[in-house]
Amino acid sequence: MSAATVAPASPSPSPTTASADPPPVTMAAALNTALRDAMAADEKVLVFGEDVATLGGVFRITQGLAAQFGDRRCFDTPLAEAGILGTAVGLAMYGYRPVVEMQFDAFAYPAFEQLVSHVAKLRNRTRGALPMPIVIRIPYGGGIGGVEHHSDSSEAYVAHTPGIHVLTPATVEDGYWLLRSAIASPDPVVVFEPKRLYWTKAAVRLPSTGGPIGQAAVRRPGRDLTLIAYGQTVPLALETAEAAAAHGWDLEVLDLRSLVPFDDATVQASVQRTGRAIVVHEAAGFAGFGAEIAARVAERCFFHLEAPVLRVTGLDIPYPPPKLEHWYLPSVDRILDAVERSMAA
Amino acid sequence: MTLLEHRISTVESALAGVSVGDPGDLLWWDSAPSRYLDEHGAPAEGGLRPPAALLEPGRLIDVYRALCLSRAFDTEATALVMQGHLAVYPSSRGQEACQVGAALALRAEDWLLPTYRDTAALAIRGIEPAEALTLLRGSWHCGYDPKQWRTAPQCTPLATQAPHAVGLALGAKLAGDPVVTLCLLGDGATSEGDFHEACNSAAVYQVPAVFFIQNNQYAISVPLAKQTHAISLAHKAIGYGMPGVRVDGNDVIAVLTVLGEAMERARQGGGPTLIEAVTYRIRPHTNADDATRYRDSAEVDHWLLRDPVQRLAGYLKASGALDEALEAEIAADCEKYTTAMRADLTGPSEVGFDELFEHVYAAPTTQLREQHAALAAEAEAIEEQRREGEAR
Repeated sequence: MSAATVAPASPSPSPTTASADPPPVTMAAALNTALRDAMAADEKVLVFGEDVATLGGVFRITQGLAAQFGDRRCFDTPLAEAGILGTAVGLAMYGYRPVVEMQFDAFAYPAFEQLVSHVAKLRNRTRGALPMPIVIRIPYGGGIGGVEHHSDSSEAYVAHTPGIHVLTPATVEDGYWLLRSAIASPDPVVVFEPKRLYWTKAAVRLPSTGGPIGQAAVRRPGRDLTLIAYGQTVPLALETAEAAAAHGWDLEVLDLRSLVPFDDATVQASVQRTGRAIVVHEAAGFAGFGAEIAARVAERCFFHLEAPVLRVTGLDIPYPPPKLEHWYLPSVDRILDAVERSMAA
Repeated sequence: MTLLEHRISTVESALAGVSVGDPGDLLWWDSAPSRYLDEHGAPAEGGLRPPAALLEPGRLIDVYRALCLSRAFDTEATALVMQGHLAVYPSSRGQEACQVGAALALRAEDWLLPTYRDTAALAIRGIEPAEALTLLRGSWHCGYDPKQWRTAPQCTPLATQAPHAVGLALGAKLAGDPVVTLCLLGDGATSEGDFHEACNSAAVYQVPAVFFIQNNQYAISVPLAKQTHAISLAHKAIGYGMPGVRVDGNDVIAVLTVLGEAMERARQGGGPTLIEAVTYRIRPHTNADDATRYRDSAEVDHWLLRDPVQRLAGYLKASGALDEALEAEIAADCEKYTTAMRADLTGPSEVGFDELFEHVYAAPTTQLREQHAALAAEAEAIEEQRREGEAR
């Protein structure tokens, strides 16, 4: 079992107590450093997309890369997501390692055909002759007050497609090393970046390191119930676990980090020990990634379960407008209600 | 200046290399396709002026051999699919000048991005028929090594290979390699978004890519008139700020002239070109299609009279470069080729199920290893049942 017990994103330590600690950095800065280090380490790494060069990206994740590496390594593209990803395919065929940015989750949909028909399949179609070492960065998720088309969680669409790895960091350290791992991967990787966590800070030393892609992390060990979360719902799950402790419930919190490949071993070991599981994600629940997790837990842990596997997810509706999104998003209270139902079973 | 003279002069200026800033001069409003030979194989009045090297008799005989081989390949593949040896076959009969032109315009280091209808072009590029037809036989998806042949897998989702051509060309430009990418497309593909995104990006990046549209008049059953309201497909180039050229797609000398010019301009750093080759799909979309439901035989007959193979043959015979003895020799070579092709494609082709799991990722995931083991057990059980059946 991979039990990297890395602390989640936390408020900056006060100057008086943090003299030995590195200065706090944001996840955005960690992602930026990861791109910078990857470009310095391998000249075949190219970064391109909409507004990524001069502006540094609308979230500033690519800030300074064009200035440091030049416009042949980091460049702005026409506004054409299928064209951007299709160009990345051709560059990968030519031996480059493209890292492309889709500006927002819902703006990535035009690239979907390139993703499923070419990026995911070319290694397979050519019996290994054309691997696709492409990284597709997608800022995703809601809770930022964004108007429509700026808050989708589209991970299930991608995770359903064989041939692609799907990662999502929840901590500053993981932001760095998951992105470095993605760029180093011989396979295509979609990195869903939880945009609500971009500005969370942690006092971490970069470069951070970790195990190979595909390992979940136990963020909080517990005995009574396993909360399975990823991306933006990891801090929420941890908050819930703290609140549950007041009720005398000791919750374990798993951060999947990698949806594909899926870490069955860590999930299975945890749920077999606790006997209870709740999956938490922002995307709509119906046919969402939580359904896959629940099914896998049922297949592997059925005789250890004390209660049905529950899901706390977004509603099965189009993502709501900002003034209504608090009704949609999973909350501590909603997760606690599910915990109560599970514990009562 | 008459309209015709204007057209010729604009085509000549295209061939001489035109500044990308002035692409509008390339096309006249009713721009007829440029050609070198008329329908009967005689030099057309006011036609293109091909480079002298292309008009060398030896070179043209090689081109003619390739046309005959393209026709023979297509005829044999059509027979193989009718006999059940291929899963499906989209014929390129009638488009041989484009198939041959595309393959012969390339240097070994150039990249070709073909569609499912361009298998004959793959054969002319030198890929073994059994490897070129792996997709259509159904034994795997792509049967050749794309890197060895500098040829992408044949693309089925229309126009989605066009952005790949941009990426390859951008890669060549960034590396400083004198490599050009040639992207093959059909008329239907020009309605797709990826076509637009690719042409636009290629022009913005000024990469060495050539987009070669074989306008064979039909996208399965839908005629060109329902595909576009533009004056021609070549005119779309104007909007992208790149040269656009219309060429008679059944005149291989014209195709090679126009393609050669565009490839060379791209190689010299002159950016992309859009070429529309006007041709005709003689056979149905595939063996599974019934073309009588959407077009009449008189139309097909009209185009049969404009046959690209016969057109060059007529020219070569008139000039004395092609006689009966040489025709017989070429026919015998084609026969030899298709005999070997038939033997290869009717022989064993089995790819085992193990390979289904090997190329999904660089290394199979835990879940794929589990599924592989389960499938192996299933196969073993089936094999055991078979053995028991034989024993009884």
